Amino acid sequence: MKPGILATLATHFLMLSMLAFGGANAVIPEIHRDAVAVSRWMTDQQFADLFAISQASPGPNILIVTLVGYQVAGVAGALVTTAAMCGPPCFFVYFAGQVWNRFRHARWRTVVQAGLVPVSIGLIAAAAMVLARAADHNWVAVLVTVATAALAYATRIHPLWMFAGAGLLGLARLV
Amino acid sequence: MRKAAGLRRLQPHRKWGYVSAMTDHASDSAPDAPTLSQLFLAFLAISLSGFGGTLPWAYRMVVEKRRWMSAAEFSEVFSLCQFLPGANVVNFSVVFGSRMRGVRGALVCLFGLVGPPFGIVLVLGALYARFADVEALGRVLAGMAAAACGLIAATAAKLAEPLIRSRAVWGWGIVLAAVLAIGLVGWPLPWVLLGLAPLSIALAWWERR
Repeated sequence: MKPGILATLATHFLMLSMLAFGGANAVIPEIHRDAVAVSRWMTDQQFADLFAISQASPGPNILIVTLVGYQVAGVAGALVTTAAMCGPPCFFVYFAGQVWNRFRHARWRTVVQAGLVPVSIGLIAAAAMVLARAADHNWVAVLVTVATAALAYATRIHPLWMFAGAGLLGLARLV
Repeated sequence: MRKAAGLRRLQPHRKWGYVSAMTDHASDSAPDAPTLSQLFLAFLAISLSGFGGTLPWAYRMVVEKRRWMSAAEFSEVFSLCQFLPGANVVNFSVVFGSRMRGVRGALVCLFGLVGPPFGIVLVLGALYARFADVEALGRVLAGMAAAACGLIAATAAKLAEPLIRSRAVWGWGIVLAAVLAIGLVGWPLPWVLLGLAPLSIALAWWERR
């Protein structure tokens, strides 16, 4: 482990946490860009693997950050990235929660919220694109992605069944 | 709001009438508010049942099962959690915990939600680091990764439903711009947000003027 790597992780994820409009999924492309292209902590395939593990684990979807931290700097890295990703938003939301009702029907609030919605949707759609480029190496993989998207959108099938099916297709050397 | 929260906490304690609402005004947390260990266990359960989205589980636990909040109060708190940056359900655990039991409540809910999955994912991460060379594991993960992209795409589609109904063309322009800048060109997120967020808010204002 290089010295200063924990500080690098901390500053990077502290900043990312404040940009996560639309939740952790909205910053996936930026985490990917930095981890794979800029800092070269891992390959495209490793990132896709870690994302799959984080999605197939129970819990909030910030866990991809924990896995990236672990991959880069072990348990200390995982603690640093997870704390950095949760810290600033929790701090702000705690205080905002005390005064929120005053602004509940304020015009600026509804306007800002309406303005941020399309940005969040775009960022999450971009996350799907970035991940698909990292994960879908052949047409069967693309089909699995499209089929999972359709099933998750239109049905209430538990995601673990989709992961099990896709994992089996992978094991059978189809993906 | 404190009044509304006090009245709502009455629900499971109707037989004591307004007594509990008045004590709620007097102290930081009502005597009938959930205890710290109840809060921890509730958020642990939410966290461990949540695969690919914990929000429905948070709603089921807090509103339907325990009745710690009304549906209206839940959606009001949740709108704040979506408004600010950060994972929505993590933000929710902090605001909800603080309304029930102050700072300690917020911390307990947060650790119940994030702590145990953190441990699970660390074990999985360690197994991955140890067995990454096993070819069969790589093949299974390749399949699962393809499915994971699909789940994210479905999340984006569900979020876009109100936008589809509203037929706001400017909204689609912003979505497209974000997808192109981040997904195709790969520009850094801070710069894209700095450009797109004010533009999008200005367009939302212009539409409602």
